[in-house]
Amino acid sequence: MHSNFDRSLSNEDLLRRRATLLQRLHVDGVLLLLLLVLASGSLFILYSASGKNLDLLLKQASSFGIGLVGMFIVAQFEPRFMARWVPLAYVVGVGLLVAVDVMGHNAMGATRWINIPGVIRFQPSEFMKIIMPATIAWYLAKRTLPPRFKHIVVSLGLIVVPFALILLQPDLGTSLLIITSGFFVLFIAGLQWRWILSAVAAVVPIAIGMWFFVLRDYQKQRVLTFLNPESDPLGSGWNIIQSKAAIGSGGVWGKGWLLGTQSHLDFLPESHTDFIIAVLAEEFGLVGVCLLLLVYLLLIARGLVITVQAQTLFGKLLAGALTMTFFVYVFVNIGMVSGLLPVVGVPLPFISYGGTSLITLLAGFGILMSVHTHRKWMTQA
Amino acid sequence: MPQPIRLKDHEKDGRLIRQRTVVGVVAVLLLTLVLIARLYYLQVVQFEHHTTLAENNRIHVQPIPPTRGLIFDRNGVIIADNRPSFSLTLTRERAGDWAQVLDVVVEVLGLGPDERALFEKRVRQGRRPFEPVPVLFELSEEQIARIAINQFRLPGVEVVAQLVRYYPHGEHFAHSVGYVGRINEKELKTLDPVDYSGTHHIGKTGIERFYENELHGEVGYEEVETNARGRVLRVLKRTDPLPGKDVVLSLDVRLQQAAEQALAGRRGAIVAIQPQTGEVLAMVSQPSFDPNPFVTGIGFKAYADLRDSIDRPLYNRVLRGLYPPGSTIKPMMAVAGLDAGVVTPQTRVFDPGFYQLPGHSHKYRNWNRTGDGSVNMDYAIMRSNDTYFYELAHKMGIDRMHDYMTRFGLGQRVSLDMFEETNGLMPSREWKRARYRQAWYPGETLILGIGQGYMQTTPLQLAQAVTLMATRGKWIRPHLAKSIQGAPPVDSAPLPDIALRDPSFWDNGRHGMEMVMHGPRGTARKVGDSALYRIAGKSGTAQVVAIKQGEKYDRSKVAERHRDHALFVAFAPADNPQIAVSVMVENGESGSGVAAPVVKQVMDAWLLDEQGQLKAEFAPPMAAEVPRNAQ
Repeated sequence: MHSNFDRSLSNEDLLRRRATLLQRLHVDGVLLLLLLVLASGSLFILYSASGKNLDLLLKQASSFGIGLVGMFIVAQFEPRFMARWVPLAYVVGVGLLVAVDVMGHNAMGATRWINIPGVIRFQPSEFMKIIMPATIAWYLAKRTLPPRFKHIVVSLGLIVVPFALILLQPDLGTSLLIITSGFFVLFIAGLQWRWILSAVAAVVPIAIGMWFFVLRDYQKQRVLTFLNPESDPLGSGWNIIQSKAAIGSGGVWGKGWLLGTQSHLDFLPESHTDFIIAVLAEEFGLVGVCLLLLVYLLLIARGLVITVQAQTLFGKLLAGALTMTFFVYVFVNIGMVSGLLPVVGVPLPFISYGGTSLITLLAGFGILMSVHTHRKWMTQA
Repeated sequence: MPQPIRLKDHEKDGRLIRQRTVVGVVAVLLLTLVLIARLYYLQVVQFEHHTTLAENNRIHVQPIPPTRGLIFDRNGVIIADNRPSFSLTLTRERAGDWAQVLDVVVEVLGLGPDERALFEKRVRQGRRPFEPVPVLFELSEEQIARIAINQFRLPGVEVVAQLVRYYPHGEHFAHSVGYVGRINEKELKTLDPVDYSGTHHIGKTGIERFYENELHGEVGYEEVETNARGRVLRVLKRTDPLPGKDVVLSLDVRLQQAAEQALAGRRGAIVAIQPQTGEVLAMVSQPSFDPNPFVTGIGFKAYADLRDSIDRPLYNRVLRGLYPPGSTIKPMMAVAGLDAGVVTPQTRVFDPGFYQLPGHSHKYRNWNRTGDGSVNMDYAIMRSNDTYFYELAHKMGIDRMHDYMTRFGLGQRVSLDMFEETNGLMPSREWKRARYRQAWYPGETLILGIGQGYMQTTPLQLAQAVTLMATRGKWIRPHLAKSIQGAPPVDSAPLPDIALRDPSFWDNGRHGMEMVMHGPRGTARKVGDSALYRIAGKSGTAQVVAIKQGEKYDRSKVAERHRDHALFVAFAPADNPQIAVSVMVENGESGSGVAAPVVKQVMDAWLLDEQGQLKAEFAPPMAAEVPRNAQ
């Protein structure tokens, strides 16, 4: 403990000396630069993918502006302050999810939105994408690492409730992302490999048992279609067949901006939302996609650096989980559009059109910035 | 692997997290490599393949609609067939300015602005990109030729062969089998978009509607390459559709035609049921209509004529026609009275020509104003004596009556597979309180006893009630489908059999019905005398309640349409029932005079062979059944 204290002091001195304007504003320059690069790239691709729709572009740009402001505000809060309010936010978030489920059923159909006309309209499941890892980080940060069995069980309980509620909406994609983000906190916290392996070992026989004894034929058919969309070319398979043709025909260098035939001839459905990577790949080729992946990797690298350098356990766990979940978004989206993974509705971060996901993502990066720039309070404790 | 420790050790925690982050970095890099490998495979290895697909040619997924299941009668005679027909389709994306192309179509075929508007509406309903939308059906040879000559002016327009439903028997089965029609926008919202992606027709009424899921089948598809003009170059992959299941009906085309002839042009309804199986052998609602024009879209004028006709050909009298059952329910009332213990077969009632409730002066009249004197059950059914049944109803009371008649199927849907059957009405105290906010009056019980008052039944319900007399209470829901691809239909909500205290009560009721036909003073003895077999039957009269307002026709005709409906229910042979029939003749006035001969003609058609003799298989079993005469 003593040596720690000494080192923190010296770190603080170092920070004081190097404190730039950005740091005093609690903004991380590297992250901000990469985000701006992504955003401007996004607008270029969106212009093409939306069929030169300027209204859409303007909406996306303003969402990005709002998201940046939100990120800036989030970054001002100390991680310790966040940790204090996380449990309440979790309870509120779960309450809203219950409300959505109940209202959705009353409205005779699925809904994911809380809508108070004229006041606010948002998806509680989006909110949960940040609250979920924060809650587990808050819970585990107070225990010893690696987590003991009891703590793992409690964490799983905390994860399963919102997961089930979102699954009921029904929104399989988001619910899986939520479960993943919670699991990442456990993983970073040092969840023993034997638990991870036994969980994997348990899932396989359960799945096989379900397949033979529980699922009915039509349910099996659904699972098969989900796993192999090309067996259903009139439904979800259509998208995959078309997006693969779009990506493949892009080649190494692409057809050029605004010159993608698949996307411009309306072959590609949802070309400006979930399937936007196909437009990028068609028009900018393998090189374009690799550049995008590079920007993503730099963002993730920066996030992991922040994780390692964070001075509190809560900060470390939360920053690490948010960063790795971010990568999952990228991987799942590109994997799905290129036909590697089943089709679940996951947008491509910062590139796909859609204000809600943009704002949530930027809020997540606001947390990373907060973790990184509030480095003094550790020594004051 | 680090062991759990109680004390917080920041150094150790940091190390652990650093380790895990390194694992994360490795995973991220590996998975990114997987993505790049996948993209490399698609964009470099398969580049040529995908370029061909995307640039020079277009791949399309075309749904192949399944062939709709056929419908046969019980002897394999086809009732609903699929006939090839040529349709004109338009693919919006290939037509360029499709509105202009439609103008050319209209000009080439010499059609008017009405058709133009209809075509436009159909094109706008197109669902998927590059899906050809049929705009005109049943093209003639000349129309096909005209389109072919002008093909160069008609981008995106094609003549395609499709299978279209055809009903070779026309109007004979319009009310039982129903028809298919074009999918409308409302149906489009509820249908599975994938399964119906190639289908343009859906069952609208009758069997076609009820067994839509079975008849439709499963959609197939083919992936095709087309050139820039939309011509199919080759089929890449084909998955065959699964044809719909064939439905074999229990209906018999010959019996159906005989039954329609028996009505001899009068308006009315006939239902014939095979008691042992619940199979409906004939189902007639006259007048009827030809369902074929409905398949491809009936013209507005033609439809208006059908809809507004005073004879109401679109009205399904069997399933939706509501009539007070009149005296036809007296045998069931008698059985109910015996089982309830309010009468015995020997109970006698004195009939002075009317009935009075104790303490009331109102006279409830017998149809025979002079009275029949002292009557027992047998005689009361034979003569359709009202006074006897007033007394029986009064003793039984509304609650028990409601209970028994409900068990006979009145006031509820009885069929297994008939679309849009109506409930009818079997009144009760609760019903009246809810409907009129009034208590039940004893006088209402009396008139229910002779099938008048609030009671409303369909010809199908009456047929089922008399079938229950024939089967001694064995409940099988009447059904039109004998088998669906070989499997019989399953009743998911079977009704309980009617179990009487003493099964011999059935014989009392049935004997009364036999006396109606064959007794010395039976109301339908004229018909009974001419039969080669014993019939058990009962006549009834349904008063015409209302007539549609605003109709203009001459005085005599109005009077005719105010006449009572004639009802008759019967089964035969009386001791070995093979067929149960209910007949309703609109404005026929006399149940035994008009409806009973129709019943007998239907029975003759089923029971007699070509030589006019009772078919051997229907002959009464030798001394198998002891004569049941309760007297």
